[in-house]
Amino acid sequence: MADPLLQARGIFKSYGHVEALRGCDFEVYPNEIVALIGDNGAGKSTLIKILAGTEQADKGEVFLDGQVIHVGSPFEAMRLGIETVYQDLALAPDLDGSANLYLGRELMRPGLLGKLGFLDNRAMRAGARKAFGELGVDLQNAQSAVANLSGGQRQSVAVARSVAWASKVVFLDEPTAALGVVQTARVLETVKRIRDRGVAAVLISHNMRQVLEIADRIEVLRLGRRVARFDRKGATIEQLVSAMTGGVAEEGVA
Amino acid sequence: MTVDRPSPAESGPGAVRTRLKPGEQRWKSFGQTRVGSVIVRAFSTNGAWIFLLLIALMAVFSFLAPGKFLTEFNVRSMAENVAVLLVIAVGETFVMATGGIDLSVGYVLLFSGVTSAQVMNWGGKDPTNSGWDIVILGLVVALGSGFAWGVLNGLIVAKAKVPALIATLGTLGMSWGLAEILSNGQDLRYLPKIIADMGADRVIFNKVPVVVIVAVCFAIAGAVILGLTKFGRYTLAIGSNQEAARRAGVNVDRHLVSVYALSGTLAGFAGFMSLAIFTTTTISGHANDNLQAIAAVVIGGTSLLGGVATIAGTTIGVCIPMVLFSGFTILGYQSFWRDVAVGAVLVLAVYADQLRRRRRQRG
Repeated sequence: MADPLLQARGIFKSYGHVEALRGCDFEVYPNEIVALIGDNGAGKSTLIKILAGTEQADKGEVFLDGQVIHVGSPFEAMRLGIETVYQDLALAPDLDGSANLYLGRELMRPGLLGKLGFLDNRAMRAGARKAFGELGVDLQNAQSAVANLSGGQRQSVAVARSVAWASKVVFLDEPTAALGVVQTARVLETVKRIRDRGVAAVLISHNMRQVLEIADRIEVLRLGRRVARFDRKGATIEQLVSAMTGGVAEEGVA
Repeated sequence: MTVDRPSPAESGPGAVRTRLKPGEQRWKSFGQTRVGSVIVRAFSTNGAWIFLLLIALMAVFSFLAPGKFLTEFNVRSMAENVAVLLVIAVGETFVMATGGIDLSVGYVLLFSGVTSAQVMNWGGKDPTNSGWDIVILGLVVALGSGFAWGVLNGLIVAKAKVPALIATLGTLGMSWGLAEILSNGQDLRYLPKIIADMGADRVIFNKVPVVVIVAVCFAIAGAVILGLTKFGRYTLAIGSNQEAARRAGVNVDRHLVSVYALSGTLAGFAGFMSLAIFTTTTISGHANDNLQAIAAVVIGGTSLLGGVATIAGTTIGVCIPMVLFSGFTILGYQSFWRDVAVGAVLVLAVYADQLRRRRRQRG
């Protein structure tokens, strides 16, 4: 197997007395969809936040392409080509799709106007149409505030936003949690397209069937540590649940 | 069975939502034409409705008081009276667009006027005949005072994380108290003649007072910045979802400090304008400026929760109370009816905003 694209080693993180991560390891390889699963409180979201720069680890190392990196802020993560689709979407609902897509990376008018801070809305709208189109997202009215879109379209904007900028890894924290069947299928389709574009995708999900359907590999966290790794081929839901819950699953599943 | 809210599964593109009601369809196709989309968007915010309200009010008062309301004199005096308020309301719009509030503007205005007047009176000299150097010094002091209070507000809100309502209530008290202490509660009445000349009496094109032109320039500049620049985009983004802006790499704290500093600086400038118009510091005359500015911004369609704001709306929101005041006065009613009417309009404006948000959340 190739060298890991992104690797976390021995990550510790506590919030007060709560130890969210206790020496957690994690790996992402190029061109794969890896699912990160675990019970509530296993530390999945904390791990993602640390790798995405919104939280800082107390201890531990992160490598990108074999180099130690320090992800001090979301901005640094983005600069490194790491993007995140958050569970709570993190869109500005009053702005339109293109403004959201380019938030923090606005295109400026050429010349003096741009130096004065004027936005190039036309170029951004054209870019947005292209980016949404590539993911098969159909935004009928691109100038409509994101809040006016349906849940699925909003999710699509959030995903498109991350994918458009990611060159290495995209984290997706429960991207389908609030979605209906059709929209879920569409988002999963998008995740596959991310991989086909040569970007690794990390998917947090509670839906085991979904995980087995889409992920190339599965990493399981429990109580702040990685406890198991599976190849999709050959893995069963029973195995996954058992790893997540530490063996007592045999009775719990049924 | 009646279902108010479609469940997530039902609201998928393949299901209920693809079928539009006939009316909705027509509305939508209209909204997709170029002109149509502008109109639909205008009416989906408060802007266009309150513009119609302003026109209607002016029509009613012109009808009830023919030859008295819509006269050159009355329009000019109304415009003069809103000029100072418009300048602080522009700053207030930016603050409220971030989801914050600045209660201190009226007293920062006062404080800046007092410090500016005192510097121009430095050493007990009568500044009536002093030149541009003293006037510019006074202007710089007014702007600097306002800027300093604004930065303080911004730091308290953004860095100390004190809610804006309390932070600016605190600086309201501080700036008010310090203005009274510095002036001993006495209005300063001696100001350079140059300033007084720029006030109410000076007109351009034989008709339009300079202070009105200046205020309109500030409003236009504010509208351009809010609508077309990165600064405006970040202001709205922070108000819409501060966490999203932060995660997108926007330096939220620094931007908030800038926005409050802008509001303070505009209040400082408004203090200087006030000196020019009234040729005195008018210590007791700014008690309601902050609430009037906030009311104007809210009536103008800026959301109390932030994220949605237009300067055009604010400008109309400044004008409506003035028209009511002038109209009631001309008709011989007590001017306090204005306060009653403005209160009602204010509540209606916020109610409309709430309705819009609720409808949107359902969709």
